[in-house]
Amino acid sequence: MFTPHTPKDVEVMLNTIGIGKVEDLFAEIPEKYRFPELKLPPSLTEMEVAEELESIANANGSTKSLLSFLGAGAYDHYIPAAVDMLLQRGEFYTAYTPYQPEISQGTLQAIFEYQSLVCELTGMDVANASHYDGATAAAEAVILAYHHLKGKRTKFLISRAVNPQYREVVRTYTQGSQDIIIQGDDPETGLDASMDKLIAQIDSNTALVMVQYPDFFGRVIDYKPLIAAAHSAGALVAVAVNPTALGVLTPPGEMGADIVFGEGQPLGIPLSFGGPYLGIFAVTNDLLRKISGRLVGETVDNAGRLAYVLTLTAREQHIRREKASSNICTNQGLMALASTIYLSLLGKQGFEAVSNLCYQKAHYAASQISSIQGYSQVFSDQPFFHEFVIRSPQPIDHLLDDLRAYDILGGYNLGQDYPELEGCLLIAVTEKISKEDIDLFHDALVEVTHD
Amino acid sequence: MNFPEELKYSQTDEWVRVENGIATIGISDYAQDALGDIVYFEFSVEAGEQVKAGDQLGQVDSAKASSEVNLPVSGVVTEVNESVSDDAEILNQDPYGKAWLVKIQLADPAEVEKLLSASAYQAYRVG
Amino acid sequence: MTEPTIFELSSAGRQGVRFPASDVPEVALPSAFRRKELPLPELAENETVRHFTRLSQKNYAIDLGFYPLGSCTMKYNPKINEAVSRLPGFALTHPLQPEDTVQGNLYLMYTLQEWLKEIGGFAGVSLQPAAGAHGELTGVLIIQKYHAHRGDTQRTRILIPDSAHGTNPATSAMSGFEVVPLPSDARGNVDLEALKGLCDERLAGLMLTNPNTLGLFDENVSKVIEIVHAAGGLVYGDGANLNALLGVLRPGDLGFDIMHLNLHKTFSTPHGGGGPGSGPVGVCQRLVDYLPDPVVAIIEPGTDEMPPLYGYAHPARSIGRVKSYNGHFGILVRAYTYIAMHGKNGLADIAEKAVLNANYLLAKLKDSYHLPYDRRCMHEFVVEGQWADAPGIRAIDIAKRLIDYNFHPPTNYFPLIVHEALMIEPTETESLETLDAFVDAMLKIAAEARENPQLLHEAPHNSPVGRCDEVRAAKQLILRAPKA
Repeated sequence: MFTPHTPKDVEVMLNTIGIGKVEDLFAEIPEKYRFPELKLPPSLTEMEVAEELESIANANGSTKSLLSFLGAGAYDHYIPAAVDMLLQRGEFYTAYTPYQPEISQGTLQAIFEYQSLVCELTGMDVANASHYDGATAAAEAVILAYHHLKGKRTKFLISRAVNPQYREVVRTYTQGSQDIIIQGDDPETGLDASMDKLIAQIDSNTALVMVQYPDFFGRVIDYKPLIAAAHSAGALVAVAVNPTALGVLTPPGEMGADIVFGEGQPLGIPLSFGGPYLGIFAVTNDLLRKISGRLVGETVDNAGRLAYVLTLTAREQHIRREKASSNICTNQGLMALASTIYLSLLGKQGFEAVSNLCYQKAHYAASQISSIQGYSQVFSDQPFFHEFVIRSPQPIDHLLDDLRAYDILGGYNLGQDYPELEGCLLIAVTEKISKEDIDLFHDALVEVTHD
Repeated sequence: MNFPEELKYSQTDEWVRVENGIATIGISDYAQDALGDIVYFEFSVEAGEQVKAGDQLGQVDSAKASSEVNLPVSGVVTEVNESVSDDAEILNQDPYGKAWLVKIQLADPAEVEKLLSASAYQAYRVG
Repeated sequence: MTEPTIFELSSAGRQGVRFPASDVPEVALPSAFRRKELPLPELAENETVRHFTRLSQKNYAIDLGFYPLGSCTMKYNPKINEAVSRLPGFALTHPLQPEDTVQGNLYLMYTLQEWLKEIGGFAGVSLQPAAGAHGELTGVLIIQKYHAHRGDTQRTRILIPDSAHGTNPATSAMSGFEVVPLPSDARGNVDLEALKGLCDERLAGLMLTNPNTLGLFDENVSKVIEIVHAAGGLVYGDGANLNALLGVLRPGDLGFDIMHLNLHKTFSTPHGGGGPGSGPVGVCQRLVDYLPDPVVAIIEPGTDEMPPLYGYAHPARSIGRVKSYNGHFGILVRAYTYIAMHGKNGLADIAEKAVLNANYLLAKLKDSYHLPYDRRCMHEFVVEGQWADAPGIRAIDIAKRLIDYNFHPPTNYFPLIVHEALMIEPTETESLETLDAFVDAMLKIAAEARENPQLLHEAPHNSPVGRCDEVRAAKQLILRAPKA
C-alpha cells in the first residue's frame, strides 16, 4: 500500500545486496513457520476502507444523536475547531519524541508550556509531560510515595470516593508486592464527607492518603483537615482532580497536597470511547526528583539562544533501567499538546466561563430532577461541581432503558460499583447541555416514572 | 587521573581512608570522570544506621547517567556529608576531599585489607 | 527566532474562544472553595493559532523527511487513519455507553483482537495497554500471576538480554522481579550456555526481543524458547521489532507465550511527539485467563438475519484492569484501518520491503562504518559511530551532522553493547532515492570526520537551535514558566 518500490528498484537493491530474490532475506526464519497463510480479509483501497469504517461508525449511537448525561470520569465538552486543526499539522503529530532538541523545539516548547499550565491550574510546583490517564497516574502516585519513603512505609489509604477504575488500576499495579497494603475504600469506612473514618486509619506506617476533588460523586470537600492529619503522621497526600473544576474552584495545591494528578480528557480531548486520554501529574518541589515520566527544562544552546530540552533524564528507564522507579517511555504527547492548545484558546476568561457553565447547569438539573415526586438528591448537604447523585424510585437499569426511547443516556448506574448506592444515578452536565435539554430530561423522567 | 597512594579502593570505584577505626568513604576520580557533569546526589543511609559491605550508600546522577554508590565496608554510619547533597558538583571538583560521603565505625577492620591498593585499582581501571 | 511562550504573548483582557451566557437561573459558587486567581494566558484566537503554527515549524517530522530511528519504526502515517478515527460515530462515543449503543466500536475491537491473534499466532489478545512499556507491565504481571496460581512462588527471576530496551528491566523490577542480565554471543545471539546456566527453579521467565535491538534474528530462537520452557519459565516477546516479521513469521508459532505489540511502530499509528501509543498484548492458550479485564467478546452469536451481539468478557484469572476504560480506542481505529487496507496478502510486503531497505543500506555503508556483527540484518542494523583514524569523533557528532543534511539522526548510544552505536531502521515506506541520499550524506560525513572534524563537532549549523547545554538544564532546573 505505502511501499514505493518499483520492480526496477527491487532489482537494483537485490544486486547491491548480492542476493537473487527478496525471500532470501528471510533464510534464518525456521522454514516450517515462514510465510504463513494469514486468515485475514483481502486488501482494500483507501476508498473502500473509508466506506467500511463509515459503516462501522454508523452502527454506533453517539453524543451527536443521543442526549448524554454520562460522566463518571470522561466528559463531553465542546472542543474548538482550532484544536484539531493545529493537532493535525504533520510537524506535530508525525514527529517523534524530542530526543534531538535541535529539531524538536516545537514539541519541547509546547510541553514546557503544558507543564507550566498544569502547575498554574493545580497550584503545584512541577508537572511532568504526562502519564497515560488518570487511573495509571493514580498508580504512579502510589509508586512515587513508596519510593520517596524508601519502602519503609507500606500502607496506602484510598478514599472510597475515588473513581473505582483508579482504585482497580492501583491494585493491579501493586499486586506483585508482598508488603504493600491498599485500604480505606471499603463500605465500612464509607463515603462520609467528613473523611473522619479515613483519617482515623492514618498511622506511622501510612505512606500516602489519596482523595478526589471533586470526588467521583461530584462532591467538593475541604481536604485541609485530612491533609494536616496526614502530614503530621509523616504521610503524603495525593489529590485526583477534574481539571475543568479548577476553573472556578480552589486548586488542591493551595490546600497543601503533595501530589495532584487526574484525567485531562476534559481539556480538548474527544471522548473517543475511552482513549487516548491524558494523565496529568504534578508535585511539590520536595518530590521533584521522584517524579516519573518526561520533564522538559529550559536551557541555552551553544550560541546562547534560549532552548528547551528533556531533562533529569537520569531518572528514566532508558538510563536507570532496572533501577528506574517507573517504566514509562511513550506517554501522551499529542494529548498534552491538545490540552495546551485548548487552554490557550479558551484562556482565562473562556476557561472560567466553561467551568461556571458546567456548575450552573448541573445545579439547575439537580434542582429540577430532585423536585420530581419520588426522586431525591443524595449528598445534598455537600457542595458539588458538575456531577450529582439522584436516588430514583425505579431500578436504575429499567430507568435507563426507558430513557433510551427518548434518545437520552441518563447517566451512570452507581449500584454496579457501590452496593450502598443501589437505585442511584450519577448525572453529569457540561456546557454543551442547554436548559431545553435539561427540561427534556426532566419531562422524560416524569413520564417514564409515572407510567 | 588521580589515585592517592594512601587510600584503598573497591572495584565499584569507591575509596576508603581509615583513621582510628573510622573509615571515610567517597567515589574515585575515575568514577567522577566517567559520570561526567554530576547534577544530583542522594544518600540511602543515615547517621546511626547499621550497614554491611555491598549495601547501597547512595545514588549519583549526572546529566546523562545514573549510578549506585555502594558501601565497601560494614559497620555503623557515624556521619553523612550533607554538603554533597546540597551541591553535588563538588564530587567532580574534589572527590577525595570536600566531597567525602560517609564515615563508618568499622565492624571488621580486616575488610579493608581485601580492598585494592592504589596501584592495583589504577591497573584495574586504566590498565 | 525564539518564539515567546504563550504566557509572554498574553495580554490582560484578551479573549479567545467565547461561550454563550448561562441559560439557567444563577446559583452562587461555594465561597469556601472559590478560586481567587486563575493565572491562564489571555490571547485572541489568531494569536494562539499563530503561536502553535510557528512552533510546529521548528519540528522535524516524518511528513518532512527520513527518520531512520532504529527500533522506533518511523514509517509513513497514513492520512486515512486520521480521517476515520475522527468520524463522529467513533469520536463522540462515551466509554460507559450501554453496549447496544456501541456495537460498531465493539465489533471493531473484537475484530482487531482476532486479527492481531492471527498475525501474531496468539490465542488471546488484550487491547487495553496504552503503550509498549504498559504492555510489558501487563505481560510481566501475567507471568507473575500464572506462577503464583500454580503455587510456584519461588520463581523470582526474569532473564533479560544485555541488548534489551531499558523498559524491559524497568518493568520487571517495578513488578518485584530480580533482573538477571543475559549476555549475547559473538554473533549477537543469546548466549546459550549462559542461558542454560541460569535456568533453574527460580526462573520466572525470559524477555526476548526478536529480531533483537541489533536487528539480528536469533539463530537459536527455537532452542532458547525450548530451554526456558523446559525449566518451567515463560517467554515474553518484546514486539517492538515486529515490522521485520509481519506476514513472514508468527511469534506464537515459535513458542512465545506473551508478546506486546506497538501499534505506533508496526501498525503505522502516529508518534505524536511522544505518544499516544498503544501496546496490545497477545498470549498463548494457557495464559488467556490472565488477560486484563475486560476483553471484548461475542455475547450472542449471529444468525442469518442478525449480526453477533458484542460485549465485554471477564477473564477468569485476570490480573485486573491496567488502564481506565477500553485502552486507546482512537489508536485502535487507526490500526484496524491499516490492517484492513493491507489485508491477507499486503502485510508480508511490509516486512519484505522493510528488511530489503535495511539490507540495502547495510550493504552500502558497511565499508565505511564498522559493523560489529557481520550478518544478514533484518529491518534495522547497528554500526559504530567512530573510527580509529578520526580521533575525537563520536556517534553524537555524526548524528548532529546528519541534521545539516536534513535527516533525522538514527538512534544513538543504544543498544549498550555496541560502542558509539548508531541504530539505523529505514522502514518500508522509503524510496530508493531517499536511501541513496542518506547513504550519500553518511559517506560525506565519514570523509568530513577525517578532513574537517570541526564541522561535525559544531553541528548542527542550520537548525532552529544548535547543540543544547543539557548539563545546565539539569543543574539549573527551570521546568515551568515563571509563576504568574
